[in-house]
Amino acid sequence: MNEVLRAEGVTRELPGPAPVTLVRDIGLSIRRGEFVSIQGPSGSGKSSLLYLLGLLDVPSVGRIWLDGVDTSALNDDQLAAARLAKLGFVFQFHFLLVEFSVLDNVLLPMERLGRLAPGAQRERAEGLLAELGLGDYLQRTPDRLSGGQRQRVAIARALANEPLVILADEPTGNLDSKASNNVRDLLSALAHGGDRAVIAVTHDPDFARAGDRVIHLVDGRIVGDG
Amino acid sequence: MTLNPPLGLRIALTQLAGRKRQVLMSMLGIVLGVAFFLAISSLMRGSEADFIQRMIDSAPHITVSDEYRHPPRQPVRRRFADAALTLRGLEPKTETRGIRGYKQKQAFIAALPGVRVAPVLTGQAIITSAGRDRGVTMNGVVPELMRGVSDIDDKMVVGALEDLAANPNGVIIGRKLADKLFLQTGDNLTLSAPTGLVRTLKIIGLFETGATSVDEGHAYVLLKRAQTLLGRHDRANRLVLQLDDPYRAREVAALIEARVGYRAQSWQEASENILSVLFVRNVIMYTVVSAILVVASFGIFNVISTVVMEKRRDIAILKSIGFRARDLRRIFLIQGVVIGGCGSLAGTLAGLGLMRVLAGIEIRPPGMNETVNLPIYWGADQLLIAAGFALLSAVTAAWLPARKAGAVHPVDILRGGMA
Repeated sequence: MNEVLRAEGVTRELPGPAPVTLVRDIGLSIRRGEFVSIQGPSGSGKSSLLYLLGLLDVPSVGRIWLDGVDTSALNDDQLAAARLAKLGFVFQFHFLLVEFSVLDNVLLPMERLGRLAPGAQRERAEGLLAELGLGDYLQRTPDRLSGGQRQRVAIARALANEPLVILADEPTGNLDSKASNNVRDLLSALAHGGDRAVIAVTHDPDFARAGDRVIHLVDGRIVGDG
Repeated sequence: MTLNPPLGLRIALTQLAGRKRQVLMSMLGIVLGVAFFLAISSLMRGSEADFIQRMIDSAPHITVSDEYRHPPRQPVRRRFADAALTLRGLEPKTETRGIRGYKQKQAFIAALPGVRVAPVLTGQAIITSAGRDRGVTMNGVVPELMRGVSDIDDKMVVGALEDLAANPNGVIIGRKLADKLFLQTGDNLTLSAPTGLVRTLKIIGLFETGATSVDEGHAYVLLKRAQTLLGRHDRANRLVLQLDDPYRAREVAALIEARVGYRAQSWQEASENILSVLFVRNVIMYTVVSAILVVASFGIFNVISTVVMEKRRDIAILKSIGFRARDLRRIFLIQGVVIGGCGSLAGTLAGLGLMRVLAGIEIRPPGMNETVNLPIYWGADQLLIAAGFALLSAVTAAWLPARKAGAVHPVDILRGGMA
């Protein structure tokens, strides 16, 4: 089965005296090896859709399937377990734990999952960081890295548990053009070279063009997918 | 798939290491709380134990008296328990007061393991000397048995209790009484009993217990002499007992009372009012010292609340990675346990040091010539209570912010970017 993620009729509404609809009636399917960009104006619901697809938020209406499993039937613990084992996140502001070293940041998801023995975890973390050009910075804390290096650490952390889908929210939004290009190429290579999909929210047209598919959102609705 | 303890501990410790000063200050609260808890508890319980020990040493552990706990019922009332009966023309039987067959009862008690017993016949008498009269309680005793159940021999300042055995006409009185009557050892005094019998007795010893009522109001003679003076031949009105283990007094008293029929009162029963006061004092003391720890635990609440507030971003990251709400709660609870545990341990050591200092302090109680050290209780139970309560306070203080950490919704934080 090539499909790793599917959304059907997904709507997310924030309740309250004046309810706000973040996304409305979203339907999409993501396959392995796809590099999908989500674009749209500010407030169009790009990040909201990403959080829903990343199981960080739950739809008010509709369903999301991850690797063939209907996630609407999962409780909070099961959703956390699914995020841990099958999803990887990269955020605009890298969101690394600043008190931990680069190596520890990458080790955290592996230690939490416990699928590999401690020695193998360390070997994999070091391997990932070396592949991303960070082999010399293992014991550094994130505050002693450049923006591009931090984002690469975040990508290494996202890859730690070999996820099916990497979800990136404005991964280059805070980087200079050279670092942006590096991160874009890296994410593209991850999608095309492996057994996983990459979904990235971006404002950057160049970044979006690098994707196999661009989903356009306006006012919480998909107005273009191709 | 639970959070493995080393990972949770590592995250918890790393976060605490980022705010060493705050952690040390909140830990200091627990240290001082536990140390003061132990100092106060050991002093209060030490003084209580000292008081009880003095009470045990100076009074019989059990006293069997010539009374019944429940007055005997008329045989006809026992036979017709549910009937409405009226008895008329009853005349109380006149008999010599005292424990009937006391020697057999004494022999039964003496056969019990770890129990020493002595018969005593007590009655009122008047001592007269050079025209001065003093009412006293006359105690007829068997010296060799009395020595085993009373500390009166230790209180002798002149002579010994044993001297009574060699001097059937001898009497031992308190030094204060002797001073009041201008008497000394070797002098004679006149002792008048309620029966009208009068005897001249020779003072062969003086005692001083420190209790004025005893030193001015008690006299010791041979049991035989007391029986004669009080007209109660072959009677004792008290059997006084000492036990190897004074804290068995209640059960031994119940056993003796069930067997001999007469009222057997343990020292605990006789001192129930005092013991209940001591109990209330302990409750008050533990409430006050526990309050110190509760106040100290607010420091922990503050530190962990601050960590949770400051680490909302990290909490969101960990949740996005796949940590569950309970994993996050556990991390912050571990922080409470670490602060509370280290604080309890250091506080226990500081408390033991304080107790050692207190134990070295000498005081001179009013009216005493000798100095005594402050009585300190060294029992391990109070260490466990202090450390346990401190830990419980710490975990409770950590629980509230930990719960808040578990409830953080990652999307709210992630949307805020650098927030």
